[in-house]
Amino acid sequence: MSEDATHKPPPGDGEVPPGTTGDEFSIAQSNALVPLLVMFALTALVIFWIIVRAEPVVSPEGAVANKAYGPGDFPQIFGEDTVLAGLEQDAAKQGAQAFAVSAPPFTEGIFPCSQCHADIPPNPERRPLPEMHSDIVLHHDEQNRWCLDCHDATNRDQLRSASGALIPFTESYRLCGQCHGTQYRDWRSGVHGKRVGFWNGPKRYLLCVHCHNPHSPRFASLKPLPPPVRPQFLRAEDAAAAGGTAHAAEDPGEEHAAHAR
Amino acid sequence: MGPIKFAATVTRYALRGSLAYWAWIGFLLLLVAWGVGAYLDQFREGLVVTNMRDQVSWAFYIGNFTFLVGVAAAAVVLVIPAYVYQWKPIKEVAILGEILAVSAIVMCLLFVVVDMGRPDRFWHLIPGVGHMNFPRSMLAWDVLVLNVYLVLNLVIVTYLLYCGVQGRSYNASIVVPLIMFSIPAAVGIHTVTAFVYAGLPGRPYWNASILAPRFLCSAFCSGPAIMLILFQILQRTTKIAIKDDAIWKVAELMAYAMFLNLFLLGAELFKEYYSNTEHLVHFQYLFAGIAHHRALVPYAWTFVICGVLAFLLFLIPATRRNVITLNIGCLLIYASVYIEKGMGLVMPAFTPDTLGEIYEYTPTMHEFRIGAGIFSVGFLVFTLLCKVAVPILTGEFAARRASGTGAAAGG
Amino acid sequence: MPVDDSSRDAGRDETGSDPVGLSRRQFLTAVGVAAAGVLAGCSPETREAFLQKYFRELSPEELELRAARLRTAVHARFGKDVQMSTLAAQPGVSFAYALDLSRCIGCRRCVYACVKENNQSRHPQIQWIRVLEMAKSKGIDFKDANPYYDPEKVPDPHHFYLPVACQHCRTPPCTKVCPVGATWTDPDGIVVIDYDWCIGCRCCMSACPYGARHFNWTTPHLDGAELNPDMHVLGNRPRPRGVVEKCTFCVHRARKGRYPACVEICPVGARKFGNLIDPEGELSIILREKRVFVLKAELNTEPRFYYFYGI
Repeated sequence: MSEDATHKPPPGDGEVPPGTTGDEFSIAQSNALVPLLVMFALTALVIFWIIVRAEPVVSPEGAVANKAYGPGDFPQIFGEDTVLAGLEQDAAKQGAQAFAVSAPPFTEGIFPCSQCHADIPPNPERRPLPEMHSDIVLHHDEQNRWCLDCHDATNRDQLRSASGALIPFTESYRLCGQCHGTQYRDWRSGVHGKRVGFWNGPKRYLLCVHCHNPHSPRFASLKPLPPPVRPQFLRAEDAAAAGGTAHAAEDPGEEHAAHAR
Repeated sequence: MGPIKFAATVTRYALRGSLAYWAWIGFLLLLVAWGVGAYLDQFREGLVVTNMRDQVSWAFYIGNFTFLVGVAAAAVVLVIPAYVYQWKPIKEVAILGEILAVSAIVMCLLFVVVDMGRPDRFWHLIPGVGHMNFPRSMLAWDVLVLNVYLVLNLVIVTYLLYCGVQGRSYNASIVVPLIMFSIPAAVGIHTVTAFVYAGLPGRPYWNASILAPRFLCSAFCSGPAIMLILFQILQRTTKIAIKDDAIWKVAELMAYAMFLNLFLLGAELFKEYYSNTEHLVHFQYLFAGIAHHRALVPYAWTFVICGVLAFLLFLIPATRRNVITLNIGCLLIYASVYIEKGMGLVMPAFTPDTLGEIYEYTPTMHEFRIGAGIFSVGFLVFTLLCKVAVPILTGEFAARRASGTGAAAGG
Repeated sequence: MPVDDSSRDAGRDETGSDPVGLSRRQFLTAVGVAAAGVLAGCSPETREAFLQKYFRELSPEELELRAARLRTAVHARFGKDVQMSTLAAQPGVSFAYALDLSRCIGCRRCVYACVKENNQSRHPQIQWIRVLEMAKSKGIDFKDANPYYDPEKVPDPHHFYLPVACQHCRTPPCTKVCPVGATWTDPDGIVVIDYDWCIGCRCCMSACPYGARHFNWTTPHLDGAELNPDMHVLGNRPRPRGVVEKCTFCVHRARKGRYPACVEICPVGARKFGNLIDPEGELSIILREKRVFVLKAELNTEPRFYYFYGI
């Protein structure tokens, strides 16, 4: 490029005047460049080879890390959506105090209780029941209460409140709510427990007993559904190549520092 | 001379060369074909052929993109002495810096395209045709600014080559304002790219105000390093006369940039290690590893050591002026910044991810092939543009025009 | 500086047209006419697919056309007739979600119910909800969270469980960064994605502080037998390759008044959903009566997803 104005270059380091042919190296005549570039290319290749050949690290925590489960593997949990069936009718039937609830989870054939108890004279004495109902383990303030504190002695098809008033099984929440007032209050507004349906329309509540066995109310543990696939095994072929139990050889006690139990 | 004649002249020069030239072009074309083959796989199967997953959703491609934006911005290291300070030794070769900028931006855009999940929807980014989330999205800004910078440098380079091929002087009142504008534009592209990262609150490794200054400093180290090596190659392979003075001055400027680069890195390390908050975990992963996850540790220490060594080599005038140590320094700083901007910037930000999970990412062969192909495209662009620029710089066209042989000469 | 024009016309012959025979203007006109002809000959659906407008600028008729095209596409791919809702946000609705940490047992039924309801890819596996197991001794600490727990029974006595999905932030970092505006917040608070506009740059995934967004790294795969036919254009319709997806508060259900699938499947009733504007809805009561908190509050994202301790 030609340029009209010429300017003096600013003072440099002063050691090498431009264009000298002294003892200093001149870049144009040097031979250093080619071997240096070759070295660099080799190093770059080695580094890339290391990167590209490195196997992804598999974390030891968790179980089988490479099988992708889906809801179709658990048909008993994820069946048809039956929430809406009869929802509107149920909601319409209820009064101001009552709630539309799912049917009480009776054991098969146990209800109505009067089919046996109509002929049995009530015995209010606290005792174990070896002939029938031996499968029921009472673990619900059993120091102070027993069956007939909740079940009405004369009418076994109903429950009994502290005042003696009868409560149908479809309104058992009123019985629970006598002692568990805060949960009952939260259950009514949907904060405790479960209700399904429409957030702006009819809903169906689950009774307390749908989650809490009244005789042993502590919520039972469940087997969790499988963990997600690890990202290294997102592709089916990577999962197959890794084999089934990616963690089998690892000592389960060997802890990832961040996952100490 | 019309544009068709200009294109014909350029093509003629590009197609004329020694065996070494054609070997180089052939090698580059091979790499490009290799990369295109890998990209066809990726286009067919999706980005799953890379090792990127939800936990590490940006990796090799974006790391290279960030590094190359820095290289493109580094043209300013030549432009400022040449056109602001009117320093002749650099002014004669400033166009080479702009050619490097053009090549680098082309590579940047290619890396972005191969990283997109839906490259067929690229037109969504065109203002007026698609819809851009402007001005809120930093990535939208980046697209605009990068393309403006590319067009700017293309116009400057094409105009200078066009005038040069005709053997006549360029019109300074057209070119100089454009070149002056390219200075803030160069700073702009790297700043906006840094803002893409720095503006993400969910990634504390990036969400630091120091990120944009660090980007600029490392850009002004690595880009000129490439330029120095390319200058020396051109000095050896062509008749171009690049004054050693230009090279010494660029090296001197790089020394300042390297100091700032190290200083900013040190400042960030102090802040993280001394405050010892939860955000330290990203630096720990990088420099010490977390439990058995140690893949990046050797690279982290490599880039620090290379950076310090390069700085020392450039700081001491004796080693800066010794051509062997100068070149070692260039290679060291290039490697240091490449590792820092590639592995050292993108991967620790995702490791551990936002929910604390550690997924160790390493590039696949597909990513490496596509990266090599894109780098080859960049080298091709640089080579072809230089093939025309160098005869202009050596005065071949001016001489021919002066001798009156005109367009009929074979040159 | 003199400008030399003498060589400008050297490439032209006397008639002024190029020696090749076809002038530039003729060529460009031919191309333009051909393109217009191809487009005019296409069906409206094809034209809509290639020249799609930005979603938020669609007229109601164009929206219906879009839904029709998507319905046809789903039918072609799965052989099933589906509903493709275009229901917009209803006025007077501001959704929120609350999760009772004292109840969650980590059973992951919500994860799989979501997969089923929202037609997520089975291979490769995509799950919008991620349940994190954390140590009771440490409290909420993401660094020590484990999403891959798999004991025989949950809950483990020394751990608690924190499910995470899209928080539907009021000031989302993701919608801010999208370069093409493919994701935005609808007036009822749901952050939605237009799968036809997303270019797959994954900037939103880098921006999300909760790891809530997921990418289709390859073509998603699910069986027609498992398809949920109740779809929404911005929600659970089957996604193409190369786009981002995430929880949409079951927009296809919520806008019709129903609870999301995760709320209804939770066996312990830990998940609550509703309209914040309704003072007697469970969400308003929770905010009033329980002490809620949000994840990563210091990031100022203002999530609509609250966590609380019901007990």
